[in-house]
Amino acid sequence: MNKLSIITKGIIKENPIFVLVLGMCPTLGTTTSAFNGLGMGLATTFVLMLSNLVISLIAGFIPAKVRIPSFIVVIAVFVTVVQLVMQAYVPALYETLGLFIPLIVVNCIVLGRAEAFASKNKPLDSFLDGLGAGVGFTLGLTVLGAVRELLGSGAFFGWKILPGDAVLVFILAPGAFIALGYLMVLFNKIKKA
Amino acid sequence: MARVSNFKNMFLCLLIICFGGSALLGGVYLITYQPIADAQTAKVSQALAGVLPEFDNVPADEAYRVQVDGRYVTVYPATKSGIFAGAAVEAVTTKGFGGPITLMVGFKADGTIYNTAVISHSETPGLGDKMDPRKSDFSLQFKDKNPETFKLAVKKDGGQVDAITAATISSRAFCDAVSLAYTAFRQTAQKGGDQ
Repeated sequence: MNKLSIITKGIIKENPIFVLVLGMCPTLGTTTSAFNGLGMGLATTFVLMLSNLVISLIAGFIPAKVRIPSFIVVIAVFVTVVQLVMQAYVPALYETLGLFIPLIVVNCIVLGRAEAFASKNKPLDSFLDGLGAGVGFTLGLTVLGAVRELLGSGAFFGWKILPGDAVLVFILAPGAFIALGYLMVLFNKIKKA
Repeated sequence: MARVSNFKNMFLCLLIICFGGSALLGGVYLITYQPIADAQTAKVSQALAGVLPEFDNVPADEAYRVQVDGRYVTVYPATKSGIFAGAAVEAVTTKGFGGPITLMVGFKADGTIYNTAVISHSETPGLGDKMDPRKSDFSLQFKDKNPETFKLAVKKDGGQVDAITAATISSRAFCDAVSLAYTAFRQTAQKGGDQ
């Protein structure tokens, strides 16, 4: 498999949100605006790349029975790094994402990529696989966030476009499901075509 | 390719990974410790500057915690040229719709509300979050009101506060936090200032 296809696979063919439907908790919870979605996506991408890299480096030394605990510790370390760095340099974003940052540890995508790809492949390929899955996840979150923000508060990346209150339900939890459902249909239609 | 899963191997493997992880986290913590503390201080002083009348001391350095009706609040006294100018009170209410709400309420020396600021909340976006002055004018009605004469309760409860439409619980919680702040102000900060 060439390097480029490892990256694009995570973005289109195996898009974590629209195709694999993994990591739905942060997907639905943080996408109240495009900016929040982007921030959450980038944080997850960072964790994915580094945890994939480190796991593929150490996978050979880990006894099979403690594989999952070892992976979780590695992932948790990088998530905590993200949390500390965000808190220090982008406190405003940290406050809006809040609880969802520590939850990246249990995001199915991160552990899923570690298990399915990083533990069996070379470090560089694993790093790129993490990058691809991360970009795919970020893309999905940003698009979903942008749609919900536009319909729910009439704004785009914080810029008010439509006057008034817009369709409030899209900011709330049910709107997340509705918007995600329609985006999934659209994504898969385009992918097939 | 993986090592045999005997006790010694598993033990050593987890031990090394945990030690390595802790060392890395320790390093990152040392680097980010100061910026995190600075960001939090900056947030408090920004909120203080927004809710207090003119002052020339550093209220955050003179802050103290008091217990009012079983709840803790933080009082930030402000002085100008040594004269008591007012105080900001950080009060938390648990009566919010989506969780605790933390407000910073600034009072002038005579107990009139100078301004309010929402420090943190988790109210419903689009409804309760209109307590944020960037989203609606709700919180502006508290400006320049003296709780002595201005009844801090929503109109539905016989008070004088115009509640946020469809967010009466959030509005009530806001009033609750402001009342708590006022009680704290009366009991502590203003005592020193009156004389």
